[in-house]
Amino acid sequence: MSDARSRILGRLRGALAHDAPGSWPAATADAEPKATPSPLAAAPLTERLTALITAMRAVQTEVHLARSSDWTQRLTAIVASHGVRRLAIGDGPGLPTAAQQALAALQAAPQGPQVLPFNRDIDAWKAELFTTVDAGFTTARCGIADTGGLILWPDATEPRTLSLVPPLHIAWLDGRRVHASLADAIGRDSWTAHGLPTNALLISGPSKTSDIQQTLAYGAHGPRALALIIVVPDDVDLAALAARTGALVNAAGAAA
Amino acid sequence: MKPMVHKLEYMPSREFKARAREALGLAGQRRSFRGAMDFLQGKRAAQFPDPAALEAWRDQGEAIRQRCLGKLPELLTQLEAKLQANGVQVHWAETPQEANAIITGLVQAAGADLVVKGKSMVSEEIELNHHLAEHGVTAIESDMGEYIVQLAGERPSHIVMPAVHKTRAQIARLFHERVPGAPLTEDVDALIRIGRHAIRGLYPQAKVGLSGVNFAVAETGTLCLVENEGNGRMCTTVPDVHIAITGIEKVVEFLSDVPPLYGLLTRSATGQPVTTYFNLISGPRRPGERDGPRAVHLVLLDNGRSQAFADAQLRRTLQCIRCGACMNHCPVYARVGGHAYGTTYPGPIGAIVSPHLLGLQHTQDLPTASSLCGACGEVCPVRIPIPELLLRLREEAVRPPDDTPDHPLRGQGAAHDPQLASLWRLWAWLHSHPLRYRAYTWLATRLRAWLPRQQLGWTLHRIALKPARRSFLERMATIERERLRTKP
Repeated sequence: MSDARSRILGRLRGALAHDAPGSWPAATADAEPKATPSPLAAAPLTERLTALITAMRAVQTEVHLARSSDWTQRLTAIVASHGVRRLAIGDGPGLPTAAQQALAALQAAPQGPQVLPFNRDIDAWKAELFTTVDAGFTTARCGIADTGGLILWPDATEPRTLSLVPPLHIAWLDGRRVHASLADAIGRDSWTAHGLPTNALLISGPSKTSDIQQTLAYGAHGPRALALIIVVPDDVDLAALAARTGALVNAAGAAA
Repeated sequence: MKPMVHKLEYMPSREFKARAREALGLAGQRRSFRGAMDFLQGKRAAQFPDPAALEAWRDQGEAIRQRCLGKLPELLTQLEAKLQANGVQVHWAETPQEANAIITGLVQAAGADLVVKGKSMVSEEIELNHHLAEHGVTAIESDMGEYIVQLAGERPSHIVMPAVHKTRAQIARLFHERVPGAPLTEDVDALIRIGRHAIRGLYPQAKVGLSGVNFAVAETGTLCLVENEGNGRMCTTVPDVHIAITGIEKVVEFLSDVPPLYGLLTRSATGQPVTTYFNLISGPRRPGERDGPRAVHLVLLDNGRSQAFADAQLRRTLQCIRCGACMNHCPVYARVGGHAYGTTYPGPIGAIVSPHLLGLQHTQDLPTASSLCGACGEVCPVRIPIPELLLRLREEAVRPPDDTPDHPLRGQGAAHDPQLASLWRLWAWLHSHPLRYRAYTWLATRLRAWLPRQQLGWTLHRIALKPARRSFLERMATIERERLRTKP
């Protein structure tokens, strides 16, 4: 089909070459008009966290707040409240520390679920993954404050389907890493310079659809529920943040 | 599972007027569209509370799309090179036939008899499902709206909400009749569970997944996919082979071009600040990775887009990011619905895109399906001057056959009517000289009682023309004389 290629490109090049002068705007990206930037770009972390949690809760994300010392308690609470019996989690060298901690905590939990490290190719257990796994745990790379959302960066240790196939997705986010907007995340984290994974993702909540008479329903084809654990840095008042947003906290954490 | 070969209903849009008249009589469908359009208009408006901010954002959207179209050939080759470096295979198709042949070849090479599909209007444009079925391959639409439409043996009536013409009660009956074991229920959550359950088992079975593309990023070789349901992720992640298909105009230069366009798209389309998923695909499964397709293909389709591109005015058609806001705000679309247009893309955007895809000989009536109220142009997030382009295409449709314009369009002059053209020439002649004009208006006002009641096409939809007793000029002269006479 290289003929098709050369003919298509030939037509497009010919068209541009025959444009009357001034008939098509010639601008560079730098000189272009820009939309008003999000006020969150200059806002303190607490405000960005508030915006993130509020927006994600508005689309039925279950948000949990904890400190780095006690966040696994939230994880075991989530697993218990959702009745998770089998949970899939990342595996392999370079697995993020939070995923290692989650694995250890769940294995140590007295009535915890069976934990399935994603240690084989999906081809070997596709049907099993679709039918027998209740939850998947992944870390998030960062949060997006203005619209609400998580950036996931699946790789060899945390496969793409962990956040897609099981009916419950449990995501973990370092609360220090919340960007004002998607544009900020792409720019400040230098996505283009560092190279993209096979499938970078923005996730704002559990899957949903309004295809039947505009009636919103959650649990379309992806996860029916999304539980997000945010590890709140020590300089942010966790109890106040929870009170402001309605996020869930550990009983002890709230008192502290 | 046996492939369903739908009867290919070729609905030339020349029959638009007949279908529109019929659609106007369908009270239930009209209620569906009216309700949906009001809902979507309200949702969109709520997302843009500050008019100044909206206009600045639209300026940016327009500028990005125009910059990218201004270097389209260069960006397409850059995109191709980057995708290839990422391990994605790129295919080019001039026509739907070529695109179908490429995809069928890829599906057969993968040994697949089942393809799970995410939402792709370009695949509708090329009639892919029909083509695959003819080759013994079943294509299952996994987007809920598309799935409903496929079950019903229909076509999407809206580019964002394919089943918008259907009521909940109709969908309930459809599921009950066509999905094995589905109970009769009108509960939306239950209906979605039925749909989820019906399709979920197919993802692990299908060797090939197919999707559209919302933006293709030249800088990084990335295919962006916007969705809420997760079926797009399923189709692009679970099967061994992922085939993406898109029009050649969807390429953007930089990754940083994506957030402003994505924000405009979701807000304009469904009034959401963000969708559940925004998927950036940059290649097949890498060594050591546990999932993802082993092969990713991109099919770039022209199908008349380069015809629109040839003319700087018509090129603006290609700025479109397929949000559907123009149809949501169109008084014609809201009344006749999407099927009346008879084309893959209905509504105002369809009326300006379809003539390039199908030729004006099949679409000559579509540019006239507008009151030129201007709403489509006002809401377009990338400022496509849709009313201007509708007028331009009306002109092209009636262009005299001996005309040789710089940028000939397929089917131009299809609506040319020599009698009508002569009539308008006479009209112009009468109106372009004072003496002729006075004589003509004198005569017309004196003969008003003898004008026929049936006045060709005019009286099909309007009351008969009847000149005033006296022309405006005559009345002004009379008033002036009177004023001078009575002046003290």
